[in-house]
Amino acid sequence: MGVFGFEKGFVDNQFTQLQKLRDESSPGFVVEVVSLFFEDCEKLVNNMAKALEQQIVDFKQVDSHVHQLKGSSSSIGAARIHNVCIAFKTCCEDQNRDGCVRCLQQVNHECIQLKNNLQTLFKLEQQIVAAGGSIPAMQ
Amino acid sequence: MGSNSVVSNRRMPEKMNCFDLSPNSNSDSEAEEVHVLAVDDSLVDRKVIERLLKISSCKVTAVDSGWRALKLLGLLDDEEEDKSSSSSSDGFEGLKVDLIITDYWMPGMTGYELLKKIKESSSFREIPVVIMSSENVMTRIDRCLEEGAEEFIVKPVKLSDVTRLRDYYMATREIRSAESGINVNKRKLQESFDVSTASSSPSSSSASPPSLFSSPAPCSPSSLDSPTRRPKMTSLDHILI
Repeated sequence: MGVFGFEKGFVDNQFTQLQKLRDESSPGFVVEVVSLFFEDCEKLVNNMAKALEQQIVDFKQVDSHVHQLKGSSSSIGAARIHNVCIAFKTCCEDQNRDGCVRCLQQVNHECIQLKNNLQTLFKLEQQIVAAGGSIPAMQ
Repeated sequence: MGSNSVVSNRRMPEKMNCFDLSPNSNSDSEAEEVHVLAVDDSLVDRKVIERLLKISSCKVTAVDSGWRALKLLGLLDDEEEDKSSSSSSDGFEGLKVDLIITDYWMPGMTGYELLKKIKESSSFREIPVVIMSSENVMTRIDRCLEEGAEEFIVKPVKLSDVTRLRDYYMATREIRSAESGINVNKRKLQESFDVSTASSSPSSSSASPPSLFSSPAPCSPSSLDSPTRRPKMTSLDHILI
């Protein structure tokens, strides 16, 4: 199920927790939350990129974006993104622009990877269910 | 719909379940559900907490800010804060909730500030407030507990956290509603007596709601073991205050 996600540490136990929250009344729950997360992520990444391009970087602002991303990635179990955010926060506190830029690139990279992995996962689950398998209810 | 004449229905309490629409019904209907007000500025977190609560058979109202929460409760007038009047005098029935769970770090009004406003209000201070935070900062936790938060949960919030909360608040709800009936009188009494001789009653002059340790209410033993929370101990009140 979430095997390859777990193997490479893309998602942690919190993601499993969320999967348990699916049921007949809310089969698309995980997909919905994950989609919201990626929307949020994209917006935050864009804001951070803009902030880091400024002549004088407002590190407090960047930090508050990172804080948001750190929070939501933790809530959905996106472990690797969460870990990058921890390092990112330190760069903000150190007012290290290059460090921040590197972290931002990493965040972006991890987001794309996670998206791909989850899309594959969701597709797989759909196929299993369509074939009469026993994943907790999906649409 | 003829539950105006409750007397005739009460003869057969089991059958009453189907017909009695009165709020005092003893049936296991939605009236027994814990109604939780969830406050979090993050949409993702709001969705998650909402789902956690719904799956735990709680009724949920989720808002994105402390101001909205206060407005919903009826704690805010258009012009100024309404600290003392009951909501019915405004003609506006504020939302009735059993529990408020709020994120700590929010723009505008933090969860701590929201907590303070609720505890400062005579009409709303009895509502238990739980704080959530992604950061496990001891001073922050202490500050919230001192201000009257029931507990402090470190995110990410799990289903076990929510079911534990629900069980506790279901169990203590009756006690709290019984007590709030006599709380008013108790406060008046305590005002005339020396506060320091407050009894072991959970409703002291600081009006702290019954905590896990002082309340005789049944509660899940596992709640004491959770590493992510620090339950409020009434005994600490005398040390911290």
